[in-house]
Amino acid sequence: MYSQFVGVRGQSSRFCRQLHHQMSMPNDLSNPLALIAELTHRCPLHCVYCSNPLELQSRDNELPTEIWSRIFNEAAQLGVLQADFTGGEPLARPDIIDLVRSARAAGLYVNLITSGLPLDETKLAALVAAGLDHIQLSFQGTREETANEISGTKSHVQKLRVLDWLRQHRVAVTLNFVIHRRNIDQLEEMLAMAESSCATRIEFANVQYYGWAFANRENLLPTRAQLDQSLAFIKSAQERLQNKIRIEYVVPDYYAKYPKPCMGGWARKLMLITPSGDALPCHAAQIIPGLSFENVKGRSLREIWEHSSAFEKFRGEAWMREPCKSCDRREQDFGGCRCQALLLAGDAAATDPVCSLAPQRPKVDAILAGFNAAPTAELFVKPAWLYRPNPA
Amino acid sequence: MTPDLNSRPRLAPGCRLGENNQQRVLLMPERALRLNGPSLEIVERCDGKHTVQQIIADLQKIYSKAESKKVEQDILGYLALLQKDRALDFET
Repeated sequence: MYSQFVGVRGQSSRFCRQLHHQMSMPNDLSNPLALIAELTHRCPLHCVYCSNPLELQSRDNELPTEIWSRIFNEAAQLGVLQADFTGGEPLARPDIIDLVRSARAAGLYVNLITSGLPLDETKLAALVAAGLDHIQLSFQGTREETANEISGTKSHVQKLRVLDWLRQHRVAVTLNFVIHRRNIDQLEEMLAMAESSCATRIEFANVQYYGWAFANRENLLPTRAQLDQSLAFIKSAQERLQNKIRIEYVVPDYYAKYPKPCMGGWARKLMLITPSGDALPCHAAQIIPGLSFENVKGRSLREIWEHSSAFEKFRGEAWMREPCKSCDRREQDFGGCRCQALLLAGDAAATDPVCSLAPQRPKVDAILAGFNAAPTAELFVKPAWLYRPNPA
Repeated sequence: MTPDLNSRPRLAPGCRLGENNQQRVLLMPERALRLNGPSLEIVERCDGKHTVQQIIADLQKIYSKAESKKVEQDILGYLALLQKDRALDFET
């Protein structure tokens, strides 16, 4: 986005040249920029679109504090700037405050993605004192009934309490709303909630269809009419709240014309560590047959980043086929999502089938046609959700 | 929106200067911005104490060979950009 400045003015001085250069500098770093630390799969919520794998890790397999500390130091040395603490519910880890402190001491920006459930005022203050930079508080909706239904637990009231406590702390606050057919009509209420809070960022992210969400897809995917309406709403909200709240909107891939640059490109910017220490290029990579993953217990993060066969598999462009191989957009979207290619085309090396240029796009269109033809009356009936369980 | 010359920009909660591999960066939610030379000098002064006017005067001194009007315009543009990113609050 910083490129918008280039060429606006002449560059007659060193000052202008430097400032313009920084604002336009593409990201040419070859190191990962963010570490996604999936600290645990344990979670008090059972969301029907959870991005965790269907096979969840139990508490016994979780990495101990010392190994996570080592990972944070190795990550910082590798050039990683930010650590995203996620799960499961990261607060389910009894050592969460030590983990925040050690990531911050390593030099990382610490981001906590949480349901806010296992949290009280004392613990929140301790997290901030330990160096927490940013908290992303998830909400399932604005109406308690829907929210509790989606998360399979009573959670909404506690989340509102946490949001109120956050006013007392100097920490960045993002509200994360996961959007789907049953709450996409509540965007206005969600935004009003954000406006009356201390949040400076709001993410409306439509569900993407992997894992648990894939299993519940027919009850989650919005209709095209719902999506169009939401896009118009977001556009006007972004204009109205410019400089106040940053609003990010992520549309469902199935409705997009071109695929998303999944993970900013395979093994290009991000690295994910599972609760048991496996290093993955993305959340869902374990579904791809034939990939083998290194574990941080046996190797350094740098070795894994540079040499793991799973990271090298789809890194760069060598693996691409047509139409990606000769496509002008290949450096923008990197061929899209490998896991989606596997789920929809049965082949992880295929062009992401959501791409309008993909040979498998008709499959996606057929799925959408089926949903959009069906009446939406079933919205009033509670679907037979497949809830994500809590591992031991 | 052009920042008020008498306001005092301050990094917003969750935005701070960091360093990695000898590179200064502005860390913010879900993003980071590399800082060198003038951008670093601007951001270092976004401390809630310097006014926009003072930041401009400081940088005009440091970059005395640059056309001073241009320096002012670029700083205002840069601050507006950071504000749009919600990286700055302006205290009055």
